[in-house]
Amino acid sequence: MSGEQILGVVVEHDLEGIKPVSFEVINAARKLADQVSGKVIVFCLGFNEEGAADLFIRSGADEVRFLNHPDLKTYIHENYAFALTKEFEKIPVDYLFLPATILGKELSAVLSAQLGVGVATDCIGVSFLRGDEVEAVRPVSSGKALATIRFKGKKPFILTLRPNIFRDSEPSLSRVGEIFKEDIQLPDFSIQAQKLVKRVGTHLDIAEARIVVSGGLGMQGPENFKLLEELAEVLGGAVGASRPVVDNGWREYSNQVGQTGRTVSPDLYFACGISGSVQHLAGMSSSRCIVAINTDSNAPIFSVADYGIVGDALKVIPVLTREFRKTLSS
Amino acid sequence: MKIIVCVKQVLDTAAAIQIDNRRVVSPGSPRIINPYDEFAIEEAVRIKEKKPDTEITILSLGPECFKDSIKKALAMGADKAVHLMDPKFDGLDSYAIGSIFMRYIKNIPFDLILCGRQAVDVDLAQTGPILATFLGIPFVTVVTGIEFSDDFKQTKITRQVEGGAEIRELELPLLLTCQKGLNEPRLPSLKGIMAAKKKEIITLSGADLGIEENAFSMDDNRVEEVNLSLPLERKKGIILEGSDDEIGSNLVRLLRDEEKII
Repeated sequence: MSGEQILGVVVEHDLEGIKPVSFEVINAARKLADQVSGKVIVFCLGFNEEGAADLFIRSGADEVRFLNHPDLKTYIHENYAFALTKEFEKIPVDYLFLPATILGKELSAVLSAQLGVGVATDCIGVSFLRGDEVEAVRPVSSGKALATIRFKGKKPFILTLRPNIFRDSEPSLSRVGEIFKEDIQLPDFSIQAQKLVKRVGTHLDIAEARIVVSGGLGMQGPENFKLLEELAEVLGGAVGASRPVVDNGWREYSNQVGQTGRTVSPDLYFACGISGSVQHLAGMSSSRCIVAINTDSNAPIFSVADYGIVGDALKVIPVLTREFRKTLSS
Repeated sequence: MKIIVCVKQVLDTAAAIQIDNRRVVSPGSPRIINPYDEFAIEEAVRIKEKKPDTEITILSLGPECFKDSIKKALAMGADKAVHLMDPKFDGLDSYAIGSIFMRYIKNIPFDLILCGRQAVDVDLAQTGPILATFLGIPFVTVVTGIEFSDDFKQTKITRQVEGGAEIRELELPLLLTCQKGLNEPRLPSLKGIMAAKKKEIITLSGADLGIEENAFSMDDNRVEEVNLSLPLERKKGIILEGSDDEIGSNLVRLLRDEEKII
């Protein structure tokens, strides 16, 4: 084992502030660092709001580095990759963690190419084996199989972590850490004319939601998804859909759960009127608790459900919404 | 315009899988074009329909059986194909595959490279952006909309992000990774299938690409797969019975008291 291990974390932010998944990633890095008396450094680019550093430190950061430049306010991969590779020249990061979001996966690929290092995408388990060797578990074929991987060659080794998996640590109010703020220089990438025109719409994303309420063809029409929206609203969750529903144009593609859609791992997944194709099961069977509602008692969805209800989702959902509302308001 | 579309062949998404000797197997299941690559092929063909002097080249790296998907891509409307095939390409990581694509592409003219947003087998989403970075060209991942200026030099790209979308303006050349929602891929027509039989498929080995004998070995992979397993089966669940009201209050109690979720 060679010296103190440095575990870096790149946090992600959008118009609404630091994304919650960033704190999960800091949590995961903290737990790993504690196995080897390592140090967690959070890199926060283009976001310098009062209080953010405290939140990072409470979640497990030993050091927070704010890198500031007007062009870092919104994520542009060229700028982010440039700023981070400069940092890694000063700070010998051994492991770099990012959220396995669209932006996190993209940035990890750019850093892999620029630094000549390996990346494990969408990890659901990470541990130190012995000394400083990390082993990570990541789903392949949307979770039909799990691959265990190790890294070789140059550092930092990069891991992107799937949202909703690394969530169980409570923030610690007594933690202390160091804070650095630096105004950095960036080359002018505008020759590449990568101009961000606008970012439209922000709502709770199904991959980041703690509770997902999904509907299939058994919902019988787009108008009935209102029932699922009501249930999701009561529970603070998001609404997903099966592939046939999306192919019928009832719901947007970004809500599709399954192998050619999104893979989700919420605490609670409701499958309403979804029979459970191989592709759909691949996208949701890593959820902690699954509730299935279907008229067909032989539907494959019941083979992965913790709680099954044989019945018409259109009748059962309003009852559930009423019961949850009653319980949560009492 | 010269368009390169990167295509991978994968196991049918409807297939149930088994694991044999640390490889995913599914005997008898069909192989298909990676679903996200189909959006890339379709988009290229639609651009050619608007701008007929466009040339579409399919670029694929894999064993002989990949020819099935290459032929289908040609039948959808691509003009020719380049198949990079060499036993030593087996089992390479995204970094190596990106490097091999780069070796081929850097010597040919192109305006646009289209890829799928990820392969549905390895689920990495790495090769596209790695290739763009090696080529030193801009890229956008997870693209759901592409608009061109009248002279086909400027683009306006819509891409998905969690909970929303971003719109970016870029000049060619660039690389885009395509997401569902971009278009509806066509089925090859009979005419397309017949026409594809006459289209050229160039097969190139590592040596043809000028790759040294000892370059690109699985031993150089930066990420090594040490195990592959099936996920644990979920414990058997229970079917709730009774009237809708009874089921409702029972479920709420279970989720609160037993599962401690709400």
